[in-house]
Amino acid sequence: MSDQPNTPAPEQPGVEQTRIGVDSWVAESEDRQARTRGFFGPAARGWDASPDSVKLFLFIAVAGTLPFWMNAGDLFIYGLFTVLYATLGLGLNVVVGFAGLLDLGYVAYFGIGAYGYALVSSDHYGIHWPTLAALPALTAFTGLVGLLLGFTSRRLVGDYFAIVTLFFLQAFLVFTNTANPDIAGVGLTGGSSGIGNLDPLKFFGYALTSVKQQYYFFLAVLVLATAGLYFANRSRTGRAWRALREDPLAAEVMSIPVNRLKRLAIVMGAALAGLCGGIFAAIQTAVTSSNFTLNVLIFIFAVVILGGLGSIAGPILGAIVINVSFQFLQPQNDHPDIKRWLFYGAIVLFVALMKPWYRAVVVLGGTLAFGFAVHAIVSATAATSWTGGAVTDTGHASVGKAIADWVVIPNQTLHGGFDTYAYIGLVVLVCVVRSTSGWWRSLILIPTLYMTAVVWETVLAPSPAVTAEILFGVLLIVIMTARPQGLIGTARVEIV
Amino acid sequence: MTTPESKPEPRPLLELAGVSMSFGGLLVIDDLDLVVNEREVVSVIGPNGAGKTTLFNLITGIYAPDRGEIRLDGESLVGMPPHKIARRGAARTFQTLRLFLNMSVIENVMASQYGQTKVGVARAMFRTPAMRREEREIRARAEEKLSFFGERLMGYRWDQPAYSLSYANRRRLEIARAMATEPRILLLDEPAAGMNPTETHEITELIGKLRDDGGYTILLIEHDMHVVEGISDRVVALDHGVKIAEGSFDAVATDPRVVEAYLGTKATETK
Repeated sequence: MSDQPNTPAPEQPGVEQTRIGVDSWVAESEDRQARTRGFFGPAARGWDASPDSVKLFLFIAVAGTLPFWMNAGDLFIYGLFTVLYATLGLGLNVVVGFAGLLDLGYVAYFGIGAYGYALVSSDHYGIHWPTLAALPALTAFTGLVGLLLGFTSRRLVGDYFAIVTLFFLQAFLVFTNTANPDIAGVGLTGGSSGIGNLDPLKFFGYALTSVKQQYYFFLAVLVLATAGLYFANRSRTGRAWRALREDPLAAEVMSIPVNRLKRLAIVMGAALAGLCGGIFAAIQTAVTSSNFTLNVLIFIFAVVILGGLGSIAGPILGAIVINVSFQFLQPQNDHPDIKRWLFYGAIVLFVALMKPWYRAVVVLGGTLAFGFAVHAIVSATAATSWTGGAVTDTGHASVGKAIADWVVIPNQTLHGGFDTYAYIGLVVLVCVVRSTSGWWRSLILIPTLYMTAVVWETVLAPSPAVTAEILFGVLLIVIMTARPQGLIGTARVEIV
Repeated sequence: MTTPESKPEPRPLLELAGVSMSFGGLLVIDDLDLVVNEREVVSVIGPNGAGKTTLFNLITGIYAPDRGEIRLDGESLVGMPPHKIARRGAARTFQTLRLFLNMSVIENVMASQYGQTKVGVARAMFRTPAMRREEREIRARAEEKLSFFGERLMGYRWDQPAYSLSYANRRRLEIARAMATEPRILLLDEPAAGMNPTETHEITELIGKLRDDGGYTILLIEHDMHVVEGISDRVVALDHGVKIAEGSFDAVATDPRVVEAYLGTKATETK
């Protein structure tokens, strides 16, 4: 990039004249925005231009209406758990996103908070602290544990810190699950059965027992944490965190005490996780060590990374996307017919985005015709058992009939190996599609799409538990491929 | 430009006495004595590998010397962590630019004021009046430092990420970032590297302005002899970690040992 023409700099600098010019970077960036936003441009620009406080209030307004149209079960898994993961994500974001420390022991703080609440608010030891004492105390205590662990971050940088913190998490799990030392005649952590019958959260004699009350309380905690971290991020501490994440050596030389700020980030993340743990324990009214496994850690990391490392809104959005889609896909929260429509809808949408438009029409029409042709050929030439399988979870009889007439679904008991071959066939076809181009690609796309439908009907729909995991994984991969920097995060430039 | 105003009596600001430093068996700085007086521009020259950048790393606390004493305004810096040295008043730029590339231009200059500001994270989370006042001061100081560079780092560039700047502007931003730590002495590591002649001339003028208007003391590493000649009150030549010459530019540039260090004298010795 060339600099400005050879004119000497004026003696009086133009401090007052902000934004008088537009250089190439600004122009390009605005160009990019206008181009990528397309149809939704005005709305997106309006959203970008509105102050952050307005965005937060919009979020509160929308989140606040959930209890009015959701039943308690849905509110628990979609509302409460999303808020829990969002708050945990915010705390992890301080450690990983702001300070750039790979803390794999994060869930242990969550667990320490939960067990802490269980010890001071249950019949386990007969101690019943008021909530207003218990929550701050265990928040401070987990912060202290974080501080102790944080001292290792001085010498252990990068991957080594990750190893030590992961070890800490495993040690915590073993301690709570297996060690369970006897203190005052009772096992401290209750072993694998954990501690039950915890006191509910209680403020000034008002106990939070319904899901609705707990949801509002946790939402308030999330909003306060968001606001606090937002302001912290915009202070000298936040700038120092970002600076040390960019270049620790330069930050240190620029008067920033790198080690102290790392510890501060770990302590703040740990304290927030401890607070979440306390509230979580009170809501569950029980704690067991199975609540704090590696799965939870991976889930929270996914929330933060997918949302956008280092942004405040990122973990909240990530928690919404991940938790809602994950819970929705679970077989016990059953909406099989909706899942089918989403599946076919996504495929149709994918094809419809092809250019030019008539190619999409040819492919879709071709797939439909191809299906009926294959079905007719199979039913005419092969035994009836080849098309005699049952359609899983139709939701509506006519839909089931239509699918059974279009997709070849063999009888599972007579042709047990078919689903495996359908799977392999699909993979082969996808590989072929990837290696062709132009009209050939469109042509081969037709049997591929049909095979996708066959696989869905014969393999995925009948086994929803596996399907949920696969689709959840696919969703994460698609989002992370489309936006490697996270949904909200900005792409970081390493070297230019 | 070339000659400073006469000063009543030079007061030593930075003093190095008998400083030695080796990496394994390689002696990089050998028994070095160096004094930089207040409001003086001292240039360090020498061929590649002479130990110039190591000298900066020693002063700013990135390395600890094996032997010797480093004092800033009479206070020993040996064993002090870099951020404390920065707070005592020694700020530097890097030869290989080390900006906070993904932060905005003004944030770079605001971040380096950490050491002289006070408000902690708790007050920041509640956005107390003291915190907001300090934020305004930080912002004002950052704008003041950036305005030192005239239109080069002007208004509309402030909110751009640092990586969007040209190479020369990144060098300027590094100087601005170092200035924002409010140093007593600025250590500039090849500020003119990668600049065209016009920009080099501009940097030379800027360094003069930093000393005369800004009141900074400057220790400078530079390969461009036009810059060194134009600005230095004193020149120190290093070779293999040893000070081989010291004095005015003309004296050092014509010193036979310096010429030898750069060019070699005997054909038999050159490989």
